[in-house]
Amino acid sequence: MSMNAGKKELKGATILLEALEKEGVDLIFGYPGGVLLPLYDALLDSPIRHILPRHEQGGVHAADGYARVTGKVGVCLATSGPGATNLVTGIANAYMDSIPLVVLTGQVVTSLLGTDSFQEADITGITTPITKHSYLVKDAREIPRIVKEAFYLAGTGRPGPVLIDLPKDVLAMEVEPFPAEMKLKGYQVPSRGDSSKIAEVAKALSECHKPVIYAGGGVITAGAGGVLRQLAEKASLPVVTTLMGIGSLPYGHPNLLGMVGLHGAVAANFAVDDCDLLLAVGVRFDDRVTSGLGHLFATKAKIIHIDIDLAEIAKVVRTHIPIVGDARLVLEEVLNVFEGLPVPQVTDWWDQVRAWKNYYPMKYDKDRMTPQMVIESMGELANDDTMVITDVGQHQMWAAQFYPIIKSRNFATSGGLGTMGFGLPAAIGAQIARPDDLVFLVTGDGSFQMCIQELATIAHNKLPIKIVLLNNGVLGMVRQLQKFFYGERYSQTDLIDNPDFVKVAEAYGIRGIRVDSMEQVRSALAEAIAYPGPVLLDFTISPNEDVLPIVPPGKPITEMLGG
Amino acid sequence: MLHTLAALVENHPGVLTRVAGLFARRAYNIDSLSVCQTDNPELSRMTIVVNGDDQVIEQVRNQLNKLVIVHSVTDLTAESVVDRELALIRIQVSPETRAEVLQTVDIFRGRVVDMGRTNLTVELTGDVGKINAFVRAIRPYGLLELVRTGKIVIRRSDV
Amino acid sequence: MLHTLAALVENHPGVLTRVAGLFARRAYNIDSLSVCQTDDPELSRMTIVVHGDDQVIEQVRNQLNKLVIVHSVTDLTAESVVERELALIRIQVSSETRSEVLQTADIFRGRVVDMGRTNLTVELTGDGEKIDGFIKAIRPYGLLELVRTGKIAILRSET
Repeated sequence: MSMNAGKKELKGATILLEALEKEGVDLIFGYPGGVLLPLYDALLDSPIRHILPRHEQGGVHAADGYARVTGKVGVCLATSGPGATNLVTGIANAYMDSIPLVVLTGQVVTSLLGTDSFQEADITGITTPITKHSYLVKDAREIPRIVKEAFYLAGTGRPGPVLIDLPKDVLAMEVEPFPAEMKLKGYQVPSRGDSSKIAEVAKALSECHKPVIYAGGGVITAGAGGVLRQLAEKASLPVVTTLMGIGSLPYGHPNLLGMVGLHGAVAANFAVDDCDLLLAVGVRFDDRVTSGLGHLFATKAKIIHIDIDLAEIAKVVRTHIPIVGDARLVLEEVLNVFEGLPVPQVTDWWDQVRAWKNYYPMKYDKDRMTPQMVIESMGELANDDTMVITDVGQHQMWAAQFYPIIKSRNFATSGGLGTMGFGLPAAIGAQIARPDDLVFLVTGDGSFQMCIQELATIAHNKLPIKIVLLNNGVLGMVRQLQKFFYGERYSQTDLIDNPDFVKVAEAYGIRGIRVDSMEQVRSALAEAIAYPGPVLLDFTISPNEDVLPIVPPGKPITEMLGG
Repeated sequence: MLHTLAALVENHPGVLTRVAGLFARRAYNIDSLSVCQTDNPELSRMTIVVNGDDQVIEQVRNQLNKLVIVHSVTDLTAESVVDRELALIRIQVSPETRAEVLQTVDIFRGRVVDMGRTNLTVELTGDVGKINAFVRAIRPYGLLELVRTGKIVIRRSDV
Repeated sequence: MLHTLAALVENHPGVLTRVAGLFARRAYNIDSLSVCQTDDPELSRMTIVVHGDDQVIEQVRNQLNKLVIVHSVTDLTAESVVERELALIRIQVSSETRSEVLQTADIFRGRVVDMGRTNLTVELTGDGEKIDGFIKAIRPYGLLELVRTGKIAILRSET
């Protein structure tokens, strides 16, 4: 009997695909190239579904959108050299927002590494600062271990992108793979928090008079929205969210004050500034919230910071009670301990907070078709499971301010990196991830043109995405800043000679509808929603609409304009 | 304030880039960084001397620890440690000054490892303070070349 | 074959990343890399020990030299150099073995810098072979901890 009975040598490419299947991957967004030939050949025999974008950046943003709306690890694939470098923006985007991705790149054969060969790029070197971890595979036998580790790293703790660089000869070599045993001595995942600290938190909650919960992306990642809501209701705590935390509490919930920060709600900013207890959960005190003035943020408050990443604690503000752990597990324990304690005396505080809310509501002019009106109309016609994906700019802020997001993971936007062009491919990822739910893409004419080629991907895959293009013919947000702070000296913010986007959509075989009056808005949206296919709605918006309130650069968040 | 951190890191290419890149990106004020072998061929030991207050040091430790290739980080500043550095120092000498220089070398318990007509080279091992003091002492004669390893640190035993 | 290169590089953040990144990217086989201060606060000295034949070494030198932040690269291999390394070695001892270990340390001209009940720590300076020799000699007693700098090297003078 042969010693090798039962043992099988497999191609690296096959080993890779089997390892991916083992991780539950049923979808890859990829774009082929020379060094990936072995992999694309093996793909024909794999059950994994492959979606082809029209630019690698479209692929990585799609994987990102997929991950944001499901919580699963998104997977994308690109070839060596320019294919890999085209992923850089998307990887940086995922890194900044802590999105779990496994990014696979092809690479030149190992003997050519470092010799400036055709389509060679040092992608592991280039992405070192923007990846959670990365691998350059030199031996195909290591693939099962590397893939298992990559998924584990991407999806646990503070999620993030992990890159695996695969030389062509590694994909082609036939070997018997090593077992998939992870060797990650340098990586620990915190889970439950320190119980003595948790007791301190519960006590502080019980004894405070002016509390605020400051909730961010970490609440969404941990699935902590439910327990956060219970805690907020039980202890009567007002809640503010960051852009990434939208969906932590349902829009319209009585405890929700709105978004905090540069374009946040007045009540939210005032409450944070005046509170005596700030319960920060899954946030990083970033400069869109603090205005870069950490020493002026919530100065009257005892600050509790719950986060899974120890390095975020005390990075920006002084923290009185730090707790490192999973937000959901920690909040569950806090709620538990809190049950036995008296509720805080916050009646006067709520009177104040409600007064702020009533005196400074989010508002907009009702005499014309405004972007805010379009957003609100979307909300009225959609349901609780509808997803809203945005690009970056004024439209993003209006969507954040006015769309009624009810559930977690229904709002996907590029927060930390602010990547124009993210929206369209991310919407593709989101729709493919949840084919039965309605997807709105809210975008602007600037952002839309950055990844416009992905209209082909929508058409090819028949994705019924409803594109809400708020078309004002300008680079809105930059123009607004020039208007307010540079004496209306507009420099390079005119998007002159925009094409007719309805015609562009039709050229891709996508239904296009132009909307230029208030009266048409609801009927156009309703028509689009009912239509069983992708629709582009081109809304003609005035370039003079402003995002308000706005905190001027360098000013503390209490000094808002237009609130 | 100067803090000494000892980190155990995986020993393969790209690791040094990741750590060095971290420090550069976050603009930490690094006084010195030395990478040393350990008895385990899979692990290296980095001794990093950082300038900063407690809050900065806490940040440096936490950011380092986050890296998958870093297995552990210890702040040795407050601990009882032996710290040593090795230096090779080339000093200018003339027939008049040679004897004085050799005397200074002797006082500091350095070892002459090379002798030329117009210069000599001294090997000196000691804590950072001792090396600095020797350099100051011979500088008036003419410091021609100085090569230092950077500080390495080991904990004292508890007894 | 092992070559020793000494490079003078600018002393600011990001430089180490650039050099380390160069080596990682071009997959050069680096045995050790140490960065040392020089007497000029604007310049650091890197001592890099690299595996390769003459052609590879030529490549490494030229690629290093291309970097704007590298001021000069010298191949010290064929030259007459003084090479030194520093190690701190913690060795297990018992009342029976203590004197033997101390004797070995003496033979190698190491210095005992810390003494505990069950271990002692020796500081040893010398070329790589001497350090390797010492480690081999004391390993049977129990090598508890090893911290070792990379190699530093200085040219011998001409006379």
